[in-house]
Amino acid sequence: MTAETFEPTGPASEKTGARPKANARWGWKRSEGLVLNAFSHVFLVVWALMVGVPLLWALWSSFKTSGDILSHPWSLPTHLHFENWSHAWSKANMGRYFINTVIVVGFSTVGTMLLGSMAAYVLARFEFPLNRLIYFLFVGGMAFPVVMVLVPLFFVTKNLGILNTLPGLILVYIAYSLPFTVFFMTSFFKTLPTSVAEAALVDGASHTRTFFQIMVPMAKPGIISIGIFNVLGQWNQYLLPLVLNQGDTSKWVLTQGLADLAVQQGYQGDWGGLFAGLSIAMMPVLAVYVVFQRQVQAGLTAGALK
Amino acid sequence: MRHGKYRFIIGFLAVPLALYGVLVISPFVQDFQISMTNWSGLTPEKHWVGLANYRKIIHDDLFWKALWHNVLLLLIVPVVTLALGLFFAFMLNVGGRRKGSASVAGVRGAGFYKIIYFFPQVLSVTVIAILWQQIYNPDPEDGLLNSLLGHIGLTSLQQSWLGDPSIALACIMAVMIWANVGFYVVLFSAGMSSIPGEIYEASLLDGATRLTTFFRITLPLLRDTVATGWVYMGIIAMDAFAYVQLMSVNNGGPNETTDVVPLLLYKTAFRDNSQYGLAAAMGVAMLIVTLVFAVLTLRLSRRERIEF
Repeated sequence: MTAETFEPTGPASEKTGARPKANARWGWKRSEGLVLNAFSHVFLVVWALMVGVPLLWALWSSFKTSGDILSHPWSLPTHLHFENWSHAWSKANMGRYFINTVIVVGFSTVGTMLLGSMAAYVLARFEFPLNRLIYFLFVGGMAFPVVMVLVPLFFVTKNLGILNTLPGLILVYIAYSLPFTVFFMTSFFKTLPTSVAEAALVDGASHTRTFFQIMVPMAKPGIISIGIFNVLGQWNQYLLPLVLNQGDTSKWVLTQGLADLAVQQGYQGDWGGLFAGLSIAMMPVLAVYVVFQRQVQAGLTAGALK
Repeated sequence: MRHGKYRFIIGFLAVPLALYGVLVISPFVQDFQISMTNWSGLTPEKHWVGLANYRKIIHDDLFWKALWHNVLLLLIVPVVTLALGLFFAFMLNVGGRRKGSASVAGVRGAGFYKIIYFFPQVLSVTVIAILWQQIYNPDPEDGLLNSLLGHIGLTSLQQSWLGDPSIALACIMAVMIWANVGFYVVLFSAGMSSIPGEIYEASLLDGATRLTTFFRITLPLLRDTVATGWVYMGIIAMDAFAYVQLMSVNNGGPNETTDVVPLLLYKTAFRDNSQYGLAAAMGVAMLIVTLVFAVLTLRLSRRERIEF
C-alpha cells in the first residue's frame, strides 16, 4: 500500500478538530517531546558506553604491562607496550591461528556460496520429482541444534579421515552453512525475472552457462548478503573446531587459540598477551564492519526480515 | 534444451546433497541409534540397550539442573533482549525532537548509535566471553567492574560475580543480553522505518501520546519481526555452550549452578569416560526441547498479518 492512502487523515482532522483544545494538546506534546528527547539521549548514551568501553578497554589494556592491567584496570597505558602484540602473535601462535582461520573461512565461504547457490537455483527454478523433499531436507537443518550431532559427527569425520584436518573443517563448515544459504538463495532466485534466462536458453546457452554468466551476476546482492553472513558465522565458530579439530595445535583456529590463551594466562600471568590476543581477534572484524557497516547490518538481518 | 534438464539438475544437486547427506543428515540419524547403545570409548563394540540411557538421564539430577538452566535462559534472555531492543529502536526512531512538519523524528546520531550497538554482533562469542570474564574479575582492585564500583563509592556492591553460586548464571545472562541487543535495535529500526510516518501523524493529532503510539501502532506492526527475533534468541539461549564453557568457574560451576545441557553433553562425550551413548541421548532430549519451543512459538505468534 502506498503512503498516499493516509494523507487525508492529517489535514482533515486538523480542520475538524476543536481549535483551542488542539492547541493545548500541541503545547503539552511539545514539552513531552523535549522530556522524551532528553530521556532517550541519556539511555542511548549509557548503552553506547556499556558497549564501547569494554571493547576500548581490551584495546588499551593490550598496550599495558600485566602488572598495570591488574593494579590499575581503568588507567590508560603510560607507555605503549607493543611487545604484548608481538608476543601474542608469535609466541602464543596467534599469527598461525589467524592464518588458519583465514584459510578455513576463505575456502568454506566460497564453497558454501557456490554449492548453496547451485542447489538453490535448481530448487527455485526447475520442477522435478523430489524437489520439495530435497528443499525441506536442506531447510530442516536450520531447526535442529548442532550440539545434538556432535558425537556422530565426530565419528563420521574420523572414519572419513578428515578429523583434525583443515579440509575436514572446511567441509563441515560448508555442510552446516548450507541450510540457511539454500533457504535464503532459493527465495532470492524466485524473485529474479525469468525472461533473461529464457532468452539466453533460446539463444543456445546451456543451463550451466546461463547460471554462471546470467543468474549469478543478477543474484549478486543476495550472494553478498549471505556471503557476509557466512564469513562472520564461520569466523566466529567455536564449538565445531573445539570438537573436530582438537589434535595438533598448529592446525587450530583463532577461537581455539584464544580460549587456550585465556586458560594459559591464568598460569603464566601474561595479561598483556591475553588482551593483545583478544585485540588481534577483534580488530579485523570490527574494522571490516565499520567500513562495510551497511552491508554487514543488511546481511546479518536479511534472514530475520523476510 | 529439454533433454539436458535432468542432467543439469543432477549435476548441480549431486555435490551439495552428498556433502549435506554425509555430514548433516547421517549424523542426525545416527544420533538416535547411538543413543540406544551403551557405547563408551572404552569398549570398541556397542551393545543395544534400548531406552536405558534415557532412563538414566531422567533420573540424573545434574541433567535436570542443566535443563532448568537452559529453560531459565530461554525464559529470561529473549524477553529482556527483545524488550531492550524495542526500547532503544523506538528511542532512535521516534524519540527525537520534532522539526517543522515531521510528526516523528529519530534522535540525532541515530545512525552512529546503531553502528556502536551492533559491535558485539560481529565479534565471536569467544572474544565476548573471555572479555567479560576479565571484566567480572572478582578481585576488588583488578576487575574492571569491581574497580568501577570501588571508584564510585559502591564498595558494598562489589561481588565475586562468576564465583558466586547465587548470581553466576545471572552474570552470564547479562553478557548474552549485552551481546545481542544491538542486533535487534538494527532489526527493529529497519522495521520501524518502513512504517509510514502518516500513521503516527494521524494518531498524534488525535491526541495519542508517544507511549500509546508505541503500544498501539509500532508493536502490532512489528509483530512478525518480534516473533522471528524470539525464535533466534531462543536458539541462542538453548545453546549458550560457549558462554558457559568459557566464562563459568570449573566448566558449569560454581557447584554446577551454570551448567547447561550442551555443555553437559560435551563433557559426557569428550571429557568424562567418553560415554557416547549417554551423550547422544542428551542430544535427542535437546532436539525435543527445541521442537517444543519452536511449535509453541509458532502457535503463539500465529495471527493475521497486517499489511501496510
